[in-house]
Amino acid sequence: MIMESKRKKESPSSPESTQFPDEVLERVLAFLTSHKDRSSVSLVCKDWYNAERWSRTHVFIGNCYSVSPEILARRFPNIRSVTLKGKPRFSDFNLVPQNWGADIHAWLVAFADKYPFLEELRLKRMTVSDESLEYLAANFQNFKVLSLLSCDGFSTDGLAAIATHCKNLTELDIQENGVEDRSGSWLSCFPESFTSLEVLNFASMSAEVNFDALERLVSRCKSLKVLKVNKSISLEQLQKLLTRAPQLVELGTGSFSQELTTRQYAELESAFNNCKNIHTLSGLWEATALYLPVLYPACANLTFLNLSYTALQGGDLAKLLVHCPRLQRLWVLDTVEDKGLEAVGSYCPLLEELRVFPADPFDEEIIHGVTEEGFVAVSFGCRRLHYVLYFCRQMTNAAVATIVQNCPDFTHFRLCIMNPGQPDYLTNEPMDEAFGAVVKTCTKLQRLSVSGLLTDLTFEYIGKYAKNLETLSVAFAGNSGRGMECVLGGCPKLRKLEIRDCPFGDEALLSGLEKYESMRSLWMSACNVTMNGCRQLARKMPRLNVEVMKEDGSDDSQADKVYVYRTVAGPRRDAPPSVLTL
Amino acid sequence: MAFIETRDLNLDATELRLGLPGATEESEKQTPPPIARGNKRALPDMNDDQPGPCNDNSHISDAKKSAPPTKAQVVGWPPVRSYRKNCFQGNKVESQTAGIFVKVSMDGAPYLRKIDLNIYKGYSELLKALEEMFKFKVGKYSEREGYNGSEHVPTYEDKDGDWMLVGDVPWEMFITSCKRLRIMKGSEARGLGCAV
Repeated sequence: MIMESKRKKESPSSPESTQFPDEVLERVLAFLTSHKDRSSVSLVCKDWYNAERWSRTHVFIGNCYSVSPEILARRFPNIRSVTLKGKPRFSDFNLVPQNWGADIHAWLVAFADKYPFLEELRLKRMTVSDESLEYLAANFQNFKVLSLLSCDGFSTDGLAAIATHCKNLTELDIQENGVEDRSGSWLSCFPESFTSLEVLNFASMSAEVNFDALERLVSRCKSLKVLKVNKSISLEQLQKLLTRAPQLVELGTGSFSQELTTRQYAELESAFNNCKNIHTLSGLWEATALYLPVLYPACANLTFLNLSYTALQGGDLAKLLVHCPRLQRLWVLDTVEDKGLEAVGSYCPLLEELRVFPADPFDEEIIHGVTEEGFVAVSFGCRRLHYVLYFCRQMTNAAVATIVQNCPDFTHFRLCIMNPGQPDYLTNEPMDEAFGAVVKTCTKLQRLSVSGLLTDLTFEYIGKYAKNLETLSVAFAGNSGRGMECVLGGCPKLRKLEIRDCPFGDEALLSGLEKYESMRSLWMSACNVTMNGCRQLARKMPRLNVEVMKEDGSDDSQADKVYVYRTVAGPRRDAPPSVLTL
Repeated sequence: MAFIETRDLNLDATELRLGLPGATEESEKQTPPPIARGNKRALPDMNDDQPGPCNDNSHISDAKKSAPPTKAQVVGWPPVRSYRKNCFQGNKVESQTAGIFVKVSMDGAPYLRKIDLNIYKGYSELLKALEEMFKFKVGKYSEREGYNGSEHVPTYEDKDGDWMLVGDVPWEMFITSCKRLRIMKGSEARGLGCAV
C-alpha cells in the first residue's frame, strides 16, 4: 500500500497537524474502506488529504459526469478498483434516449495510462462497446473483476475478448444488460490453462453456450464460488455442474423444467444434497411444484432466494419456504398472491428484504396479484423487514400504517401502486397518510418511492419528517410546485430526486438552487418546467450541469426532460444532439 | 383541493384526459391516466406559474384506442425493467390459457389424432410426443437443411393455408399460427426444407 518511492513530499507537515509520520498515517488509513469515511478523512487537513489520496485503492463514482478521468487520476494515483455509474436511473424504463452517453471508453484510455495495474471495474448503466472490452482485455494485465450491471452496447464478441485475454480474471458478472447475443461460443474462449475464476454470472444472457466448455471450466476452477447460468442450461446439465462444484456458495440455475426419469431426478436431488454451502439461489425459470422439492436439501442455509422469474402459486411457495427458515432476502412474482405472502410471514421470521414483482405489469384484465393484505401479513411475521419493493394494484392508508408500526426500521420503502394516481381503494382518499406514516415512523428511511393518488400533503410530510432520506422517486403526484419545494426545503440528506409526470414548474425547480450542489442529481420529466426556467438555473449555478432532452414535436418552450447534476468537470462534450446543455 | 382539468380534445376516439391523477368526478371508475407514448406532459394548470402546455393532439393521436375507457399505456410505467418484461412471455400459469387443439395426421395412418399444443413447452417436447404417438422417428433438425436422417418430416398448415416445416419459427409464434399438423413420409417429404 505504501508507495514511498513514488510519493513526492509535498508541503512540509505542520507540527501541530501530524502527530505521526505519513507512512504510519497511510497504513492506518489503508484500513478505511468506506468512501464516505475516506471523504471525511480527506477534509481534516492537508496532510490527511494527501495520506488519504495516496492510500486509496478503490474509488466509487456515482455519476460518471461529475468528474473527469484526468481529475480523478490527478487526485488518486494508486487506484486498483473503480465503480462507475452512468445513466440516470429512469433509463431502465426507456425514458432516456438511446445514445445519451456514459460511454466507458474515454475512461479506459485514461486508465490504461494512469492505472495500468487496474484490477476491478464495476459499471452500472454505462455504454460499453465490444471495442472497449477488447481494449480492456488488451491493456490491463492484472485485470481481475469485471461487473456489468444494466449496461448496453456490447455483444458476446466483447466477452470473448475478455475470456481469451484476461489471464487473471476472478470475476465475470454480466447482469441485466442489453447484450447482443451473437453466439454462446464466448465461453469456450477461456483457455484450458485458465483456472482462477471465482464468480461467473451470465444468467441474463440468452444464447446457448457450449456446455462441454462450461463443464470443463467449472471443473478446473476450483475456487469457483458463484455460478449463475442462463436459461439454456437444462436440469440434466445443472446436475453435472453441481457435481463438479459442490463448494458453490451462490447458485443461479438454468431452466428448471425438463422431463426427467426417476433416476435423473434422484441424481439431481443428490447433487443438491451435496451442496451444503449454498446461501443464494436464483434462476429457476419455469420451475414448477414438480421439481422444486429437489432444492429442499440445499435450503437449510439459504439466506437469499430469488424466485422473480418463476410464476409460482402461493401454495407451492409455502411448501418451499418451510425449508428456508434462515431466509433474509426474498424476491418473488405476484403470482404467489396474498396467500403466498402469508406463508412468508409464517415461515421466514428473519426476513429483512422482500421484493414482489408484477408478472403481468401491463395487463389490465388481471385481478390477481398481491394486495395490501399480503404486505400486512408479512409485516406481522417479519419484524426485521427493512427493505421492501412492492408492486400491487390496491392499497390502503390503514394497511401502510399497520405495516410500519410492525416494522419501524425500514430503510428502503418502495411502493408501486400500478395504476397512476389511484386512491385508497376503501376510503377513496389520497394515499397521503400512508406515506406520512412511513416517514414519521421510519426514522432510518434512506430511500422512498411513492405512488397512488397524492396531494402536496405527502410532500409536506416528507420534507418535515424524512431526515435521513437520500433517494426519492415520485410519479403522477402532487397538486402544485409547492410539493417539490417542501422536499427541497426539508430532507437535509437528499442526494437523488427523480420526478416524472408531476405538476411542478419553474418556481419549484428554482427553489432548490442551493440544494442541488449537495445532491448527486435531479431528474424531472413530463413536468411543467420550461426552457427559461432551466436557463435561469444554469446561469445561477455554474457548477451544475443542466441538461434538457427534447422530444420530437413538443413545444419549443417546454423542457420535456431535465437532468441536473453537480460536477467538477464542466459541461460534457459527448452529448448527442437531442440533449442540450444549458 | 381540486384540480382536474378535463380537456375536451374534440376527438371521440382518444379519450385522453389531461387532468391530474385523481380526477374526482369520475373516480368511481379508474382515474385518468396520463397518457401515452413518450411525449406527454401530465398536466396543466395548477397554481403553477406557467399556463399548461398546449397539448396538441398531434402527438397524442397516435396513442391509439378507439374504445373509450381503456387506458393508453404510459411509457416506462409501471417501472419494471425490460429484461423482466421479456421473461414473462409464455410464463403464464396453465390454467389461464385455453388449450390449442390441432389435428395430427400421418401419411399412411388409418386415423388422425388430436393434441393440445399448449401442454408442450417447445419443439423437442412436441416432437417426442408425436414420435411416441405415431411410432416413428424424426431426423435431426437444422435451419439450413430441415430434418435429416429420416423418412418422416413434421409439417404444419399455417394461418395462410401454407404447409410449413415444423421448427422454423419461434415456438410461441408456431402455436398461434398452426392449424393442423401432418407428418409427411417418403418422397413427398423431401421437397420441403430447401424452400428457404
